[in-house]
Amino acid sequence: MSSLSISTELPLKKETTEQVNKTVVYDTKNLNLWYGNNHALKNINLPMYKNEVTAIIGPSGCGKSTYIKTLNRMVELVQNVRISGEILYREKNIFDKEFRVEELRTRVGMVFQKPNPFPKTIFDNIAYGPRIHGIKDKKILKEIVEKSLRGAAIWEEVKDRLHENAYGLSGGQQQRLCIARCLAVEPDVILMDEPTSALDPKSTLKVEELIQELKENYSIIIVTHNMQQAARISDKTAFFLNGEVIEYDDTDIIFSTPSDKRTEDYITGRFG
Amino acid sequence: MGKTVSVKDLIRNKDKKNKLMLKAERTIPFILFALASISILTTVGIVSTLLYETFLFFREVSIIEFFTNTNMKPLSRVEPSFSILPLLTGTILISLVAMLVAIPIGLTTAIYLSEYASESVRKAVKPIIEVLAGIPTIVYGFFAFTFVTPILREFIPALQSTNALSPGIVMGIMIIPLVASLSEDAMNSVPKAMREGALALGATKLEVTLRVVIPAAISGIIASFVLGISRAIGETMIVTIASGSSKNFTFDITQSMQTMTAYIVEVTSGDAGAGTTAYYSLYAVAFALFIFTLLMNMFAGHISRKYREAY
Amino acid sequence: MKEFALKSEEKFHSHYLNIEKVNKRMTTRLFINNFVKYLFLASTMFGLIVLAFLIYTILRDGLGWINMDFLTNRLSTLPERAGIAGAVVGTLWLMFVVGPVTMVLGIGTAIYLEEYAKRGRFHSFIQTNITNLAGVPSIVFGLLGLTIFVRMFGFGPSIIAGGLTMSLLVLPIVVVASQEAIRSVPQFLREASYGMGATKWQTIRNIVLPASMAGILTGVILALSRAIGETAPLVAIGIPALIIPIPSSITDNFTVLPMQIYYWTIDSVLVDEYASMAAATIIVLLIVLFLMNSVAIIIRNKFKKRY
Repeated sequence: MSSLSISTELPLKKETTEQVNKTVVYDTKNLNLWYGNNHALKNINLPMYKNEVTAIIGPSGCGKSTYIKTLNRMVELVQNVRISGEILYREKNIFDKEFRVEELRTRVGMVFQKPNPFPKTIFDNIAYGPRIHGIKDKKILKEIVEKSLRGAAIWEEVKDRLHENAYGLSGGQQQRLCIARCLAVEPDVILMDEPTSALDPKSTLKVEELIQELKENYSIIIVTHNMQQAARISDKTAFFLNGEVIEYDDTDIIFSTPSDKRTEDYITGRFG
Repeated sequence: MGKTVSVKDLIRNKDKKNKLMLKAERTIPFILFALASISILTTVGIVSTLLYETFLFFREVSIIEFFTNTNMKPLSRVEPSFSILPLLTGTILISLVAMLVAIPIGLTTAIYLSEYASESVRKAVKPIIEVLAGIPTIVYGFFAFTFVTPILREFIPALQSTNALSPGIVMGIMIIPLVASLSEDAMNSVPKAMREGALALGATKLEVTLRVVIPAAISGIIASFVLGISRAIGETMIVTIASGSSKNFTFDITQSMQTMTAYIVEVTSGDAGAGTTAYYSLYAVAFALFIFTLLMNMFAGHISRKYREAY
Repeated sequence: MKEFALKSEEKFHSHYLNIEKVNKRMTTRLFINNFVKYLFLASTMFGLIVLAFLIYTILRDGLGWINMDFLTNRLSTLPERAGIAGAVVGTLWLMFVVGPVTMVLGIGTAIYLEEYAKRGRFHSFIQTNITNLAGVPSIVFGLLGLTIFVRMFGFGPSIIAGGLTMSLLVLPIVVVASQEAIRSVPQFLREASYGMGATKWQTIRNIVLPASMAGILTGVILALSRAIGETAPLVAIGIPALIIPIPSSITDNFTVLPMQIYYWTIDSVLVDEYASMAAATIIVLLIVLFLMNSVAIIIRNKFKKRY
């Protein structure tokens, strides 16, 4: 059995040696989450690997957004959230009392559905993260800003107007600015919550290309409602349905020979 | 069962009445217009009386002297002299004390309620703080005079029984809800996504507040400060009761001082008859008061309109 | 505290941010954040504590003076015989004038602005004017009342002069509340009425006004409670300190609860009991205000969101 249907067992147990040698950045174990009485995530088990793009797909309301927000504990901003189980980030449980949320979020960046630049200049948007983490030196800040903007493939477009308000940028540019803002903190993992859902096709393509490049240096976990996107850019894909992981495997396998009927129904467009 | 009346007949009968009613209805917009004009007449009334009597006042007192002289003795039989400066310093100093109380406490209350407090705490605390805004100012005057001043005098023996400090503090307390509630509204209108963006970078709540929320809400926050100052300048009863009626030109807040508003109260409730210079002087003072508060309110309205357009 | 700093071999591409330094700094940042949180909580509590103190001192000073005699006796220079009957009746008279006047003017203005006036310069002129009037210090309204009603019309410091002055002062409250109420009546109700052949005025009278009455009444009650708590305009129109007879007509001189509080407070330096009597009067005033606000809240909740 080459692909795995996910049960309570840890997935990818019996994998090839190639898989075993990869570093696990995120390992979710028996995760359950409730909004009040609504059981939103049910017994999730998912390992995620370094320098890979992991896509999370599923119909709306399946818990994929909730799950990605749990990875950096942003989900706790919602009232009445209850969580059980554990998520190991580089072998440390992120729910451990001693693991400070702010520390986790420094290591794990996030890009949101809608671009959310601060109402500041482009420069100050990028410099925000480094500044709160104690970098005051103007020269170093300038270097970080340039490096991050280059990293997000937007440097050429904005280098002459770094001191203009970020709101003057187009939607697609704003989203790449937000990615740059995230890179400026030099994260280990980047979480992306439907980063292209508010963008036009052309900007979407640019962001997708960027994700491919970023994978060299970062591990990326991306939620998307767009299956073609998942197929194009990801290495692994997890299919969520009603708060459960139905199937998790290499993207090629998920989209060619899924082992679960429901996955097949979803990717062939029979529901969702 | 009687004779039946068709609906058509009913309508026909009504039509006759309706024609009369339609005629009557044409007058309604004019009646309503007349009612709506009352508010404009009020403004016209205020401006014209203030202007006219102020004009009469400046026929008798030099306008330059009024703004440069520091000697205020309106009711002196021997040698009356008029100057707005002691009243201005009184007004400004007391408002300053008030804002030194209202701005820090009002703003930090707004920050706590909008950024830190849980929804249930916010829902419980906000109405209680707004009760402070609903208490009549005369009650604050009583509180300042019979409670706050005696306590302050324990610590500051030099404090006079009427002084600028105590009404200033109490006025500040009165203005806390105004600053807190308007600042909180401004901060609440900053989109949640912006806070999330900053939190996701590892910022603490304080850093999100200071570097994202407050800069984004700054015009609304400043508008709340300006409206607070305008309220302080126009407030009457607290100062009338607790800061006395001394018209000395001084900057010492432990002394008795008179504000512009308290001066108007003193002259109107005293025996300066209509037609005397002292009587006209109160209109000149009121005119200055009216202009100051009007300008501030318009300024506050202007900047808060600007922030509403921002998102 | 055990640090969760990552091991150095995991530092991969970090060039500018030093993980150990960032984590060390984070301890300080989190401490400051926590400290400030409690500081701001204390600041929030300050308002609540002052409110509690204010109510406590007033109850402590005044509660002992409240009895039937105090409520029903007329004013007297002798503390033990003085009561607030005159001020209570005067306050009722004031409400009797301010209520109808602001209701007619306020609702009329609101209907004109919302239903009749074309959106344009004149409309925004009236609107701006009302906003600005709301910010004019109350003492200035007092001067207007003194000049127009007391002197020009020759009403003297009577109930009608005080009532009209107060009506102009609180008019913006009623106008704004009525406008909001009228605006919240859904358009489909108006269209349904027009569709049945009703005229504009019939629609307003039979559909719009009944549907917005709760909001309008709430505004009127709030305006009344502002009016009966105001002192400055009445001082300015020259209400005398000592009024022995209880007013029985609209042209009589009068006094109200806040005026009584004012005179007793400033004279408390002469007679000690006056401070307690002022506090007792404050209790009565606050109870009246509390009841009125409760009624306003009940009305608002009862008629909330029917569409």
